[in-house]
Amino acid sequence: MSEAQTKNAPVSEQDATRRLNMIEAINDALDVSMAKDPDVVVMGEDVGYFGGVFRCTAGLQDKYGKTRVFDTPISECGIIAVAVGMGAYGLRPVPEIQFADYIYPGLDQLISEAARLRYRSAGEYIAPMTVRSPFGGGIFGGQTHSQSPEAIFTHVSGLKTVIPSTPYDAKGLLISAIEDNDPVIFFEPKRIYNGPFSGYYDKPAQPWKRFDESVVPEGHYSIPLGKARRVTEGDRVTILAYGTMVHVVEEVCKQKGIEADILDLRTLVPLDIEAIEASVERTGRCLIVHEATRTSGFGAELSALVTERCFYHLEAPVERVTGFDTPYPHSLEWAYFPGPIRIGEALDKILAE
Amino acid sequence: MADRPSGAGQGDNRPKLSLHVPEPKFRPGDAVDFSHLQVPEAGTAIRPDETCDPKEMHELAYGLVRVLGEDNKAHGAWDPKLDPETLRKMLGHMAMTRAFDERMFRGQRQGKTSFYMKCTGEEATSVSASMALAADDMVFPSYRQQGILIQRGYPMIEMINQIYSNKGDKLKGRQLPIMYSSREHSFFTISGNLATQTPQAVGWAMASAIKGDSRIAATWVGEGSTAEGDFHSACTFATVYNAPVILNVINNQWAISSFSGFAGAERTTFAARALGYGLAGLRVDGNDALACYAAEQWAANRARANAGPTLIEFFTYRAEGHSTSDDPTGYRSAQERTEWPLGDPVTRLKDHLIALGEWDEERQEKMDLEAAEHVKKTTKEAEANGILGHGLHHPFRTMFEDVFEELPWHLKEQAEQAIHERETKFPEGLPNEGKGA
Repeated sequence: MSEAQTKNAPVSEQDATRRLNMIEAINDALDVSMAKDPDVVVMGEDVGYFGGVFRCTAGLQDKYGKTRVFDTPISECGIIAVAVGMGAYGLRPVPEIQFADYIYPGLDQLISEAARLRYRSAGEYIAPMTVRSPFGGGIFGGQTHSQSPEAIFTHVSGLKTVIPSTPYDAKGLLISAIEDNDPVIFFEPKRIYNGPFSGYYDKPAQPWKRFDESVVPEGHYSIPLGKARRVTEGDRVTILAYGTMVHVVEEVCKQKGIEADILDLRTLVPLDIEAIEASVERTGRCLIVHEATRTSGFGAELSALVTERCFYHLEAPVERVTGFDTPYPHSLEWAYFPGPIRIGEALDKILAE
Repeated sequence: MADRPSGAGQGDNRPKLSLHVPEPKFRPGDAVDFSHLQVPEAGTAIRPDETCDPKEMHELAYGLVRVLGEDNKAHGAWDPKLDPETLRKMLGHMAMTRAFDERMFRGQRQGKTSFYMKCTGEEATSVSASMALAADDMVFPSYRQQGILIQRGYPMIEMINQIYSNKGDKLKGRQLPIMYSSREHSFFTISGNLATQTPQAVGWAMASAIKGDSRIAATWVGEGSTAEGDFHSACTFATVYNAPVILNVINNQWAISSFSGFAGAERTTFAARALGYGLAGLRVDGNDALACYAAEQWAANRARANAGPTLIEFFTYRAEGHSTSDDPTGYRSAQERTEWPLGDPVTRLKDHLIALGEWDEERQEKMDLEAAEHVKKTTKEAEANGILGHGLHHPFRTMFEDVFEELPWHLKEQAEQAIHERETKFPEGLPNEGKGA
C-alpha cells in the first residue's frame, strides 16, 4: 500500500511492439471505454467529424456514430452543464475542453454543480463525468494556451484531479477516470503529447516511440486513481512532480548524477500520501516541482503536508520550484518555464543543507 | 473622467452620452396603475400545430395566451377542455400548495427553521404545467416550484423534514430549506445557484434523445436569472440539438428587489428571447391555470414529436416577498398585488368551476379547511423528527459522506477530528444522538 508503483503491468510480446504517443493512447482509452460501455459519450468543440484539434478523438465518430461523439457550441458552461444533465440521466459523459485556459466559463457548473450533486442530493444524483483538457505550456501557446490551473480544482471538494505523464499511464488513468462515479478533471500535458520533454528546449525533441513508457497494451487496463508512480529510486532526495515536469526533473537528476526518489503523483486528489511519506521519511529531503504559478499552487499544499507529517525526518526545508506568478508570456516562454537551471539550483540548495 | 487616447479633436462635437438605469413604475406608497399592460381578451390567441416552424408563431411571443375570460368561462383554441374532475384536482393541488406555504412560512417565523419561500400567486405555473407532463418526465425546477412535488404526490412529510433539516430529512440536513430532491419523482436536486438547472435540463433531454427514450425534460427559471449565461447556453444547446425540452420562464416581475427591467423587460418580452434562437416561444397568462396547462401540453407534444424545444414565458406576479428573509414593502408598492390585472390563479380556477356548475363556495371552504388540517397534521408528524437546531439531526459522520463515492484519506482524517471535537464538547455523549456521532 505505502509504496508507489514502480512497474507497468506486464505486456505480451505482441504488445511490446505496439508503441503509441500520448494522443494515440488517449484515443485508445476512449475507444476501449466506448466499446465497453454504451453509456459513454464524447463531446466538445471540434471533437466530432474533425477528431479534435490535437486529434485525441480521431476516428471515434466514424466508429460510434454522431450521437455518441459530437461537436458542441463554443460554450464551456454549456458543455459542462449538459454533461451534468446527461450524468443525471445515466450516461457517462467525457466532455473535452479544448484548452484548460478555456475552462473558466464552465467553473460554476463544475464547482457548484458537478462537484456537489452527490452531496447535496445525498446520493440521488451523481456526476460521473470526466472532463479532458490539454494543459501546460512549452508549445508557444501564449497566455491563453499554456496555463496549468490544477490548483483551482484541487481546492474544490468533490472533484478528482488526474494528470498523466506517459502514454501508458494516460490510457490506464483515463479508463479509470471514465469508470469513476465522481467527476474527474483529466489534464493532459500537451507539451508531452508527442514525446517526453527533457526541459532543454534547445535540444531536438524525442518521439515517444523511443521510450518504453510508450508501450501501450491493447484492450482494457486501468491504473487506480490515487496511486503515485516511482520514476526513479534514490536515497538523496524525494522529488514530487506530475505531468511534463516529471521528465524534466528526471533529466536534471541524470545530468547532475543525483540519485533521487522521483514520484510522479499522477493523481492530485485523491493524493497518494502514503507513498510521499514513505519516501520523504527515507530521504529526509523533499523538492516539489510544478509548472503552474507559485502562490497557492498545489506545491503549497504538498509542502504543507510534508512539513506537517514528516517534519522530524526532514534534514532540510522543503523546496518548491514552480512557474512564476505572471501570466504565461509568449516570447519569454522559456524564461517562465521552471527549467533545468531553476530545478538544478533548488537541488543544490536542498542537498547542501 | 477617464483619459482619452491622445489625438486631436476627438469627441468635440458629439452629444453627451447618458446611461439608462431601469426604474420600476411604482415604489412604496405609489398609487398603482397597470393600464400600460396589454391584456388581450381570453381566447383570441392562435394555436398553431405543435410541429409548426417557430417562424409561424412570432406573435405568440409578444401576445398573451389566455383561456379563462372575465366571464369565468374557457375560450378559444387553447382551451384544454379538461373534465371537471381534473379541474377539481388541479384546484386541490393549488389550494394544498397555498396551505403548505402558509404553514411553512409561519413555521419559519416561529423559529422552527431558518428559511422558507412561498409561491403565492404563481401556483398555476407549477401545478398546472406539471399536470400537463407525464409523471416520469424529468423536471429541473428552480426554488419556487413546490407545486410540482405536491402535484406529483411527493409525501408532504418529506418536504417538511427537509425544511426542518431534521433526522428524517432524506438530504441529511445538508441543503438550505426547500432545496428538495427526489429521483423517484423525476425531480432534480435544486441548486440554489441560479439558472444552472436550465442547460442541465437540456443535457438530460439530449441524453434521452441519444438513448431513443420517450421521456422529455422541463426546467423552470425566474425572469431575473434569464440574465445568467447558463440560460443562453440552455437556449443554444436546445436549439442546436433540437432537444426534447421545455424552458419555462416564470416572469413574476420581481427578483428580490430588482424588477424585471433589470433582465431586459423594458425592451421586449422574455418569450421573444426564443425568436433569436429559432425556438418556439409562447407568452402565457401565468395566473390562468387552463392557459398554463394548455401551453405546457403544447410544448410537451412538440418535444415528444421530435419537433423541438419550446420557451414559455409565464406572465405572473410574485404576490409575497422573495423569501422569509425579504421585506418587499421596502422597494415596491403594496398596491401592486391588489391591482394586478390578471387576478389570482386559485380564485380564477375556482370561479371557473363554479361557473361550470361543478363547484361552490361551501365546497371550496371545506377543501381549504381540509388542506390546512392536512398540512397541520403532517407538520406535527414531521416535528416528531425534530426541528432545526434542536439536536434531532443526522448522525454527525454523515457530514463527510457523499463528497466522493468513497471516503479518501484526507476526509477520514477530518472526520476523526470533527468527532473528537464533538466528544470533547459532549463527554457524556450527545443528548439526542446516541453514541458514535
